Amino acid sequence: MTEDEFTAYQSLSEETEDHRWAFGTGFTDPLEGIDASVPPGVDAQALGAYCLMLGDDALIYSHRLQQWMTRMPELEEETALANVALDLLGQARMLLARAGLAEGAGRQEDQLAFFRDEHEFRNVLLAERQDADFAELAGRLLIFSAWRLALFGRLAASADPVLAAIAAKSVQELAYHRDYAAQWVIRLGDGTPLSHGKMQAALGAIWPLVAELFQPDPVTAALPAVAADPAGVRAEVDAVLDTVLAAATLERPDVAPLARVAGRSGRDGVHTEAFGYLLAELQSVARAHPDATW
Amino acid sequence: MLTSRAYDGGEGRTGGTVAMTAPPNTGFPEDETSDGTSELRAHFDETLDHGRRIEPRDWMPDAYRSTMVRQIAQHAHSEIIGMQPEGNWITRAPSLRRKAILIAKVQDEAGHGMYLYSAAETLGADRADLTAKLIGGRQKYSSIFNYPTLTYADVGVIGWLVDGAAICNQVPLCRSSYGPYARAMIRICKEESFHQRQGYELLMTMMRGSAAQRAMVQDATNRFWWPSLMMFGPPDDQSPNTAQSMAWGIKRHTNDELRQRFVDMTVPQADKLGVTLPDEELRWNPERGHYDFGPVDWAEFTAVIKGYGPCNAQRIARRQAAHDEGAWVRGAAAAHAAKHAARRDAA
Amino acid sequence: MTEPQVRSGWPLYEVFLRGKRGLNHVHVGSLHAADPQMALRHARDLYTRRNEGVSIWVVAARDITASSPDEKDPFFAPSGDKIYRHPTFYEIPDDVPHM
Repeated sequence: MTEDEFTAYQSLSEETEDHRWAFGTGFTDPLEGIDASVPPGVDAQALGAYCLMLGDDALIYSHRLQQWMTRMPELEEETALANVALDLLGQARMLLARAGLAEGAGRQEDQLAFFRDEHEFRNVLLAERQDADFAELAGRLLIFSAWRLALFGRLAASADPVLAAIAAKSVQELAYHRDYAAQWVIRLGDGTPLSHGKMQAALGAIWPLVAELFQPDPVTAALPAVAADPAGVRAEVDAVLDTVLAAATLERPDVAPLARVAGRSGRDGVHTEAFGYLLAELQSVARAHPDATW
Repeated sequence: MLTSRAYDGGEGRTGGTVAMTAPPNTGFPEDETSDGTSELRAHFDETLDHGRRIEPRDWMPDAYRSTMVRQIAQHAHSEIIGMQPEGNWITRAPSLRRKAILIAKVQDEAGHGMYLYSAAETLGADRADLTAKLIGGRQKYSSIFNYPTLTYADVGVIGWLVDGAAICNQVPLCRSSYGPYARAMIRICKEESFHQRQGYELLMTMMRGSAAQRAMVQDATNRFWWPSLMMFGPPDDQSPNTAQSMAWGIKRHTNDELRQRFVDMTVPQADKLGVTLPDEELRWNPERGHYDFGPVDWAEFTAVIKGYGPCNAQRIARRQAAHDEGAWVRGAAAAHAAKHAARRDAA
Repeated sequence: MTEPQVRSGWPLYEVFLRGKRGLNHVHVGSLHAADPQMALRHARDLYTRRNEGVSIWVVAARDITASSPDEKDPFFAPSGDKIYRHPTFYEIPDDVPHM
């Protein structure tokens, strides 16, 4: 047995400057080297809140996808799922970092992810919903990624150059996610009678959460050249969904939107009962060691 | 139920040796069919003697084929099952960067499993059949994954010790006599080098951190050290089929050789980390030029590979549930593909 | 036209990649997929880790006809034999241009 056969292992003890360990995980600081100053005339607090909204959507959505790892219906789907979860996590990291820089209180991505409470998270309810089966996974991802892709397509022209850069990078990923989900919705909708029934039922279960995606909110309204107006992407998203549903031989559900809680919902920090458990899982280790470095 | 009787030993995270399918007392099984076989057999032996590789379309003894299928399959199963103990901590990872690293690592493991199933299929195996054998307990996976991951430090220790032990097995397997397996191992080894560094770096960060973090690392080390040594399989004097496996280039080193190598490499790393390995008999022996170490609890090892380990049932149950619950999805995709092929043909 | 048999299993596809600086597609392994489009997507996920600029071919294993590189063995038919499961991964010699 030769020494050089074990070089990879022995090099573990060596000092190294390289902080990029894992494939695809990028730098320690997601916005390293980027000028993150807030453009003149832009409300910094609103910009911070807006980035939190988009960042929380991705962070929480990724969490729900992570819960499906080792549970996917075929091994090849494990790889695909991990890609989507990683992409969204990467988007979340950039957006949370940008939010912290904009609000200017020194909060970084991990402080925002692990030390905010439920009412401080700004994600839409669609992001936090747990998928009961693979049909729901596909249907929810189709809706979410079609919507997010449309928003980010607008954001590539944002007056905030950081947000524009994040959006430009994310658009390719979101197109991939939307395509992945669409193909599965079509396979399940136009597969067997069993899969058709499950896919139709899945859409029915998810649909009450769709309306929230297109609701105006005061933060977006305070950022006219920076943010993307959610109402403005409705037609585009509807067109995509209608195309996919038709190919899948599925009906668009005719269900009422979920009512709000005294007029408030996810963007206002009012979430579902399941959200508390989600955050408890996500934050438990970090909170047990509040001053630790990992 | 996993039986120890069929088990040869030497199950690194990625496989190592494999149980011979022939009972031990028949020696080297021959194919006694016709005269043409002995010429093919001579050619096979000559290929091995010259250190060349056996490829999928080459003639090979049935026992070589079945042994290789079993070894590669069990290696593949290990990668897939190995996703679970580490995957257990993805949603709770305490920083977003660590979370991303861990997702990527578990994703890599799925990929490694698929590369290996792919290699096994070149020998005529069918992945669905191999999955059924795994779920039914007729094929095994590395015993280490039957241990629970109880704290976040376990993620780092698995990277350091378990992936470390796997490397000791894997690097020699890059010279396996079977071509597709060797090539899969080369690809896997390249990706695994990231994984070891990630685990060790996490531990270095924790050992430079709080008292609670240091205690967590020491506790995880205490729980995983001995099971890591068990990954190399039973002692050589209890592994009767090693000779045949080594002659056929299926196994390049004995269990004890690899175990000793692992100990020798790991002790200095533990020193650098500042953790104590839980073995009072561990000491450098200048006459041997190696570290002496204490006795492994082979009774625990036997119990675990027989199916009584802490997590055997839940690991299999999770794999089975994913497979069973996914049947309607796989069926739908196949039905959709058939419909569209038919429509295309009819057009 | 007979109805196609619907198997719940996904057939095997062989994957060939040509990197940005490569001159030819190289066999890298196999995977299972329900249809060619899925196979392409999975090949991208599994064998390229989503690198752009890599050319991917996926071929259903049943459509591949292969010879044995070891033409000495009399037990196998001469080249053109229908492959049972997998093509042989045999190396193209370095001095063959543009292969």
